[in-house]
Amino acid sequence: MIKDPVKIKERSCQERSASFEEVVLGYGEEEALKEASRCIQCKNPTCISGCPVGIDIKKFIFHITKKDYAAAYATIREKNNFPSICGRVCPAEYQCRRKCVFTKKDEPFASERAINIHFLERFVGDFGKDNQLPVATHKDPVLSKLKVAVVGSGPAGLCAAGELARYGIKVDIFEALHKAGGVLQYGIPPFRLPRNILDFEIDYLKKLGVSIMPNVIIGRMQSLEELFKEGYAAIFLGLGAGTPSFLGVPGENLCNVYSANEFLTRVNLMSAYKFPEFHTPITIGKHMIVIGGGNTAMDAARVALRLQKMNNIPANTSIFYRRTETEMPARRLEIEHAKEEGVQFKLLVQPVKFSGDEKGNVKKLMCLQCKLGEPDASGRRRPVAVEGSDFEADCDVAIIAVGLNANTILTGVTPDLQLDKWGDIVVNQETMETSMKGVFAGGDIVGGEGTVIEAMGMAKKAARAITEYLKKL
Amino acid sequence: MKIVSKDILNQYGGVRIVRISVEAVGIARKAKAGQFVVLMTSEKGERVPLTIVGVDNKKGTIVLIFQEAGLTTKLLGQLNVGDSLYSLVGPLGHATEIKKYGKVIIVGGGVGIAEIYPVAQAFKQAGNKVTMILGARTKDILILEKELKEASDSLLIATDDGSYGKKGFTTDVLRELLAQDTYDLVYAVGPIPMMRNVAKTTRASGVKTMVSLNALMVDGTGMCGCCRVTVGGKTKFSCVDGPEFDAQLVDWDELLKRNAIYQENEKHICRLNNL
Repeated sequence: MIKDPVKIKERSCQERSASFEEVVLGYGEEEALKEASRCIQCKNPTCISGCPVGIDIKKFIFHITKKDYAAAYATIREKNNFPSICGRVCPAEYQCRRKCVFTKKDEPFASERAINIHFLERFVGDFGKDNQLPVATHKDPVLSKLKVAVVGSGPAGLCAAGELARYGIKVDIFEALHKAGGVLQYGIPPFRLPRNILDFEIDYLKKLGVSIMPNVIIGRMQSLEELFKEGYAAIFLGLGAGTPSFLGVPGENLCNVYSANEFLTRVNLMSAYKFPEFHTPITIGKHMIVIGGGNTAMDAARVALRLQKMNNIPANTSIFYRRTETEMPARRLEIEHAKEEGVQFKLLVQPVKFSGDEKGNVKKLMCLQCKLGEPDASGRRRPVAVEGSDFEADCDVAIIAVGLNANTILTGVTPDLQLDKWGDIVVNQETMETSMKGVFAGGDIVGGEGTVIEAMGMAKKAARAITEYLKKL
Repeated sequence: MKIVSKDILNQYGGVRIVRISVEAVGIARKAKAGQFVVLMTSEKGERVPLTIVGVDNKKGTIVLIFQEAGLTTKLLGQLNVGDSLYSLVGPLGHATEIKKYGKVIIVGGGVGIAEIYPVAQAFKQAGNKVTMILGARTKDILILEKELKEASDSLLIATDDGSYGKKGFTTDVLRELLAQDTYDLVYAVGPIPMMRNVAKTTRASGVKTMVSLNALMVDGTGMCGCCRVTVGGKTKFSCVDGPEFDAQLVDWDELLKRNAIYQENEKHICRLNNL
């Protein structure tokens, strides 16, 4: 007998879409208890296999049902350093919830009936945060004498740092930007991940003894070799997938055609939505078009729509995507939220050309209609443009969200680091060690774009291998 | 990130050109001619790129020279010795390829004169015969003449109003030089129209011509693509692929327009801050 899933509280559409306040408000205790009670505590739980860091989901949900939230917190933190973050940004419908017994086998993503594992994780994570619950550390007398450098303070870097610091290892994180967090800081908007949550997790690392050095670009200010010379016994590279892809169509360099990275960085990291209090400007259009179907596209569109509403411009933001909604890689929740807030979806369209005015500002986007053809390498049906179906859309701001490539700022000056044909770092899959001795890597710079939790999964694996490596030194 | 010295190089029509030295041991150790930093004056500030004009490795400082043109440079100009920047990162971009070319002409216009200084020094040190052309609207806004004289074998000046040196543009002087002799490299930094005209002027002679572009940037590390420019029909990121490019291949029109995207925002915010 399956009871209905407990709906999550959300800020009303009207209230939230003209602000950057958090949209999902989370479960209260009663709701969490009710949702947890839906879990049938499978004898052989399949959900766990869907978690990139292998959280004992069954166990932590069981602890919730017993109101032992501290035990639930300890259970999650055993495997996941950042439950309050992952509970907010994990695409659970592709991971744990998809493997939940309530999801039918062949569904592309989790059934609505699947246990809301991510919301429960968030409830527990926030409980731990609000009550400042301690996290188990296991200081190792040998390892405590060593220091490790972590390059990049995104999900992979933060996670690796947390894991290593728990052994007592002195960890220094080097960050190129002026604020720590990587994509959690510049990419994910505050209405999905409030910055006080991120700040809490970063502060927590500092309490474990981790130092964060902003404004340092390894590869520019210091080489990996120099880091070793300075006494770091090992290095973890969590560089991220730092360089935006563009469409390669004419007119793409017209003014007000942004990469999603630039658009989101201006708004999230630089607070351009508070211009002129903050000094970084952003162009807010009357017809804003986001191209792409991933989480970044949803984030960009929802930000664009908010900017319009906050500036009394009639909301007119569209997502243009080559396939249909089913093939969109975005989290289902983000798609739903985007729609609720008023983002329009134009599906099966392929941009072919931007055109502009005499000042070089983008004004129109030419597109072709598509239909779905045979599945491609990703298993998704390939969009095929329909000849003669071209049409023109008004577009005074365009945001390209079609993926990222490896950033070469460090790899380009480190010839000993073996790269694959995409420029990503090649690692030993068991240990995450690179072709350089003592240098490990994880996150998007290994194997391309993934999720926050996948990056953390790799970082954990690397951290384990680093401790083994250090013990043998 | 602390400012350790500051002087006003020039003040003309209410606009100052300011030189500061900033503590930046890590950057100073690695900086090469042609590279730049990205800085913020405060937590609410913009990230703006500025060329590294000089380095003092003993003191661990770098020298920056800027014209108080927009909000951020005006705020930067308000900082005094002892004040700290909020953020400073570098050295960014490719360094100038320094080798012995032979006879080199270096053209600097406006505040671009500051940016050619380290490059001129490096070219001279590498054994090149350096001819320098400096351009300014009028004599009173010319900067660093003495320093650049030392960094070159001959120095020529052009002013728009003829108040100093030759009356006319740097390109007029350049044209004469190219008609009289052959050169191995022309290197130019200055306002976009000047760099574009340098490219036009050297095109017929076929002499290799390099320019350092001043595209708008955010992170400066290749992450955002704000600084993209079309070079030889291909999109390049000025921050990581440049900032120097072959002048003949740059889409100048596009660069000019892209650099004007936020002109209205800039005017608005300067007005609001009474700057």
